Amino acid sequence: MNKPASSPSLSPDMARTIYRKAYLINRTDERFRAMLTNGELAVAYYPVRGHEVIAAAAMAALETEDYLVTTYRGLHDALGKGIPSRLLWAEFAGKRTGTCKGKGGPMHITHPETGVMVTTGIVGSGIPIANGLAMSSQIRGENRVAVASFGDGASNIGAFHEALNMASVWKLPVIFLCQNNQYAEHTALAAGTSVSSIAERAAGYGMPGVSCDGLDPASVYEAMSEAVSRARAGDGPTLLEARTFRLLGHIFGADFSYVPKEDLSAAEERASMTKLRQWFSERQVSEKELTQIEEDVDAEIDEAVAFALESEPPDPDDIRFDIYETEQAA
Amino acid sequence: MSAEKTSFAQALNAALDDAMADDENVIMLGEDVADEQGGGVFKVSKGLSGKYGTKRVRSTPISEQAIIGAAVGAAITGMRPVAEIMLMNFITVAMDQLVNHAAKLRFMSGGQTNVPLVVRTTTGAGVGFGGQHSDMLEAWFAHVPGMKIATASNPADAYGLMRSAIDDEDPTILIENITHYGMTGPAAVPGYRVPLGKAAISREGGDVTLITYGRGVGDCLKAADQLADEGIEAEVIDLRTVSPWDEEAVLSSVAKTKRAVIVHEAVRPFGAGAEISSRIHEELFGELAGPVRRVASYPSPVPFAKPLETAFLYSVADIVHAARETTQKKVQ
Ligand SMILES: Cc1ncc(C[n+]2csc(CCOP(=O)(O)OP(=O)(O)O)c2C)c(N)n1
Ligand SMILES: [Mg+2]
Repeated sequence: MNKPASSPSLSPDMARTIYRKAYLINRTDERFRAMLTNGELAVAYYPVRGHEVIAAAAMAALETEDYLVTTYRGLHDALGKGIPSRLLWAEFAGKRTGTCKGKGGPMHITHPETGVMVTTGIVGSGIPIANGLAMSSQIRGENRVAVASFGDGASNIGAFHEALNMASVWKLPVIFLCQNNQYAEHTALAAGTSVSSIAERAAGYGMPGVSCDGLDPASVYEAMSEAVSRARAGDGPTLLEARTFRLLGHIFGADFSYVPKEDLSAAEERASMTKLRQWFSERQVSEKELTQIEEDVDAEIDEAVAFALESEPPDPDDIRFDIYETEQAA
Repeated sequence: MSAEKTSFAQALNAALDDAMADDENVIMLGEDVADEQGGGVFKVSKGLSGKYGTKRVRSTPISEQAIIGAAVGAAITGMRPVAEIMLMNFITVAMDQLVNHAAKLRFMSGGQTNVPLVVRTTTGAGVGFGGQHSDMLEAWFAHVPGMKIATASNPADAYGLMRSAIDDEDPTILIENITHYGMTGPAAVPGYRVPLGKAAISREGGDVTLITYGRGVGDCLKAADQLADEGIEAEVIDLRTVSPWDEEAVLSSVAKTKRAVIVHEAVRPFGAGAEISSRIHEELFGELAGPVRRVASYPSPVPFAKPLETAFLYSVADIVHAARETTQKKVQ
């Protein structure tokens, strides 16, 4: 297992981009949870607190045309990849103006314009689909890569193993991005997973396995950039594990008293947004720029929330459309 | 139809060949499908990897989830993958990809993506393969909105359904009956299409409608010959597409004959026949001369030993008997 050297080599431009994404994800997640708490929205929601940096830095290493497949816990990935906030919020609110016309919901976000091709609620099932996206790029001689984003628990399902083997045999331009938050629902990593680092599993499939610190923007960005370069060069897939900690319950509102208090407070400390801001200010992002980013993002979220709340819900008759190419009878 | 004769396997091979020549987005993947691995267990893809390359005709690891998953991923980028699941029972391993993804992505994405995927698979009882290599599972997929499922009864239709399924913007499963590969019949002219969702009237008659698909068509035609000897004229409808099925063709035939028998190789309970029968009763109850009958296989796993396998499968005599029963008044 190779560990990428943590170097402060992010350009100031890239640092700004990553901070913007991380702040957007953090604020959106918090706002959404606040609206669930006060009853303005009622939706099943999988919080992304603790995953902000992974999505911000990993997606910053991609181009818009690169493909992404993510999961129910996918708000961060979707925003990181660039889906406009207002479309995402409208879909989360079940509105006709959402990315998927209210037919998908938070667990099934799709937005091909920004490369978000599938969001799945079936653990592990997006991994084989990412192979197909990569295969398409390979056959067509395009330069796009595909990313499958999934959790540590997903590395225990058959689809993961079938897909990694196939991707390695076919040298597909795909990156398997495992966001290891130490828990699969209520099951801690050690209770359900035979390895302590998911990256070790790459050895079984003859591909590089890399583990990075999911709370360190440079660590994630560099590891991801290297995996992307490998894929674009035709050298095949990488299993990239980004290590973090799930700071809340599995689903919004769920009990998580089973998470040891000391682990949680240690992780909270490491994942603090104040610390993250400090980290960027030490990398040539000025106080003025940081404040500007924050003001812009806050305004973007306010606008998106208003848009989502004002938008019309779907018409019941919409149900007949998008089942097949041709509409179905009433 | 051309005067030339062809086998079912050759017809399928020609359809795939022509589709790949017409559109470079058409690709194939499955276990052993490339020539180096034999060109498919039933030789349906023989010669195609040689002609189009192993980038487009890919032998895969034994990984049904990964095969269908890769096909789904390629399909949402606008490719037209034809994935082979060697035998229909192995599709159970890939159910998540088919049911939760292939069938639903169009809807869940609000129409932003769609899955122009074809899954080829074979199955069928009667050849001694036993419980895990013979099941007819079309009803499972007919129960999934977003999915289409079809099966041909002759080589020309096999060609035409394959071409239409590859053209289609939605996922389609094509079942090839394992007993059909050697069957010969008139060849389709290149480019022939059998529209999905459209039935064919294989024989006209005014006394009873036999509704079937796949292998049932040959059996119903045999039964119709025997019935004709007794003075009963049976109309035989070959659905060709099981879902979405051609309600209009079935209802207009039954409105004429007032009697219907549904025949399929799949086991009877909750089979396609149940839905078809139910729709006929809902639409034509007052006009029917008697209840709709179903002829189907016995609800056991497909057995191995010949006497048991024979007990499992319906027979032509069962079709004749059921048709005779619906027309009893006339026979007396
Ligand atoms: C095939 C399948 N089995 C079970 C579930 C229920 N489930 C949803 S999330 C989850 C835990 C997944 O853990 P992990 O992969 O680590 O992702 P995380 O939720 O931590 O992001 C489970 C068991 C499911 N959605 N799909
Ligand atoms: Mg987890």
